Amino acid sequence: MASLYVNVVIQGLLTGLIYGLMALGLSVIFGVVRVVNFAHGEFAVVAMYAAFILFSRLGLDPLVTMLPIAAGFFVIGYILQATLIQRFVGRPETQQFILLVGVAIIIVNVLLMQFGPDAQPVNLSYGFDSFLIGPVIVDKSRIYAAVAAVAVATVLFAFFRHTRTGTAIRACADNLTGAGVVGLDVKKLYALTFGIGLACVGAAGALMVTIADAAPSLGPAYTLLAFIIVIIGGLGSMTGALVGGVLIGVSEALAGFILVPAMKSMFSFALLILVLVLRPQGLMGRRT
Amino acid sequence: MLSVEHLDLFHGDARALDDVSLEVPDGAIVAIVGANGAGKTSLIRTIAGMHRPAGGRITFRGVDIAGWPSHKVCNLGIGQVAEGRQVFPSLTVLENLEMGAMLPRAKALRRRQLERVYALFPIMAERASQAAGTLSGGQQQMLAIGRCLMGAPELVMFDEPSLGLSPTVVQDVLRTIRDLNAEGLTCVLVEQNVAVSLKLASRAYVLENGRITLSGTGAELLADDRVRQAYLGL
Repeated sequence: MASLYVNVVIQGLLTGLIYGLMALGLSVIFGVVRVVNFAHGEFAVVAMYAAFILFSRLGLDPLVTMLPIAAGFFVIGYILQATLIQRFVGRPETQQFILLVGVAIIIVNVLLMQFGPDAQPVNLSYGFDSFLIGPVIVDKSRIYAAVAAVAVATVLFAFFRHTRTGTAIRACADNLTGAGVVGLDVKKLYALTFGIGLACVGAAGALMVTIADAAPSLGPAYTLLAFIIVIIGGLGSMTGALVGGVLIGVSEALAGFILVPAMKSMFSFALLILVLVLRPQGLMGRRT
Repeated sequence: MLSVEHLDLFHGDARALDDVSLEVPDGAIVAIVGANGAGKTSLIRTIAGMHRPAGGRITFRGVDIAGWPSHKVCNLGIGQVAEGRQVFPSLTVLENLEMGAMLPRAKALRRRQLERVYALFPIMAERASQAAGTLSGGQQQMLAIGRCLMGAPELVMFDEPSLGLSPTVVQDVLRTIRDLNAEGLTCVLVEQNVAVSLKLASRAYVLENGRITLSGTGAELLADDRVRQAYLGL
């Protein structure tokens, strides 16, 4: 019985790392550009469909197509920020909210028109294989996806920590006036940041399709999920997003196992309320 | 080197600068004095490209830069030491300095400028890996000046560099500005410490409610009754 729980927790932890990568994108965008991407989950679902098409038409493994999808999403994010969202930076939040909710609605409905409401599965050849580690059984696909998510997150951390461009983006988040004073090209850095945020979602979506079926209705659900994770982890904190993702992944898995899967989001919201009451700035957030 | 002609700026409906004209000759220290809210910071930020003027010309070495974005203005060699220092608190001292050298004009000079800044402020070398937010106010001011110098500027606009610093540190900062000027750096100095800034300046302007109301050499303004009454309390 105990090993069953261990199984469930590990399962949730692995899924949580993918959630974490998705939320990381939201957190980076908010932390720097100060815009909440309310179309975040919808973009994740677009990436799921992209991976689904590349798999079903060309037989390419999502673990491989993750990279070109992330690159494509980077370009989309860069252009979207430079042409559209930049005009809304510094405007009232309600206007930003309406803009991005609008983008989200467009995405969901285009997906519905193109693919219909039914879930589209990606059946990997190793989809039912698993590793046996002592009494613990874990899906191969889940392990691979989680390792890939951690790899992408690590690259991102290294970029922000060790490159000058990454440091410049942190500088914008740290003190926007200061960034203007030293002549950083803030608009370009914002576009880069939005691109990076969407690249995270692109990679996360491609990985997600290996463990969940693609469906348009997942979009709003994933936006909410990413939002909860980022608030639990601390808005703007990168490690917080990963930690929050793992927490939510594990809590969902346990809730689905102990109670019924339909009640799993109840647990996520309970966790959210708990964090808001006890530590409003989030687990890793800085008090402002 | 820099000339501002008939510059107008609005913040929303409020007029912040009204027909401001001034001249900054090569190698000079030009002081701008005025009460709080007179528009000194607005003037500096407009020249730096952080505000878009409603009208007028800003000419630097013959190029009209009015309305240019700040990264292009900086790249011409116009640096700024901003009011309130505006360092990046969670970045290390070294990262802060590197952010001053992100512009194309400064990239190749990065190493040389860093050595120069470390020579000028040895404490910056000692604290290189420390977060800037943990520095004292005086050290942050030195970091702000060092970060500006990393961009290899030809003209630096100092906005209230002595604000909130202890008297001895104020002396250090003002001495640094004088030394930099002696090495050939052209300076615009906005200082609440009117007496000192007028003594340093070869030319000075008085800004009141967004307008230039008085100008002359530093010595002339120091001797002017209106300046003595309004700003020096004499």
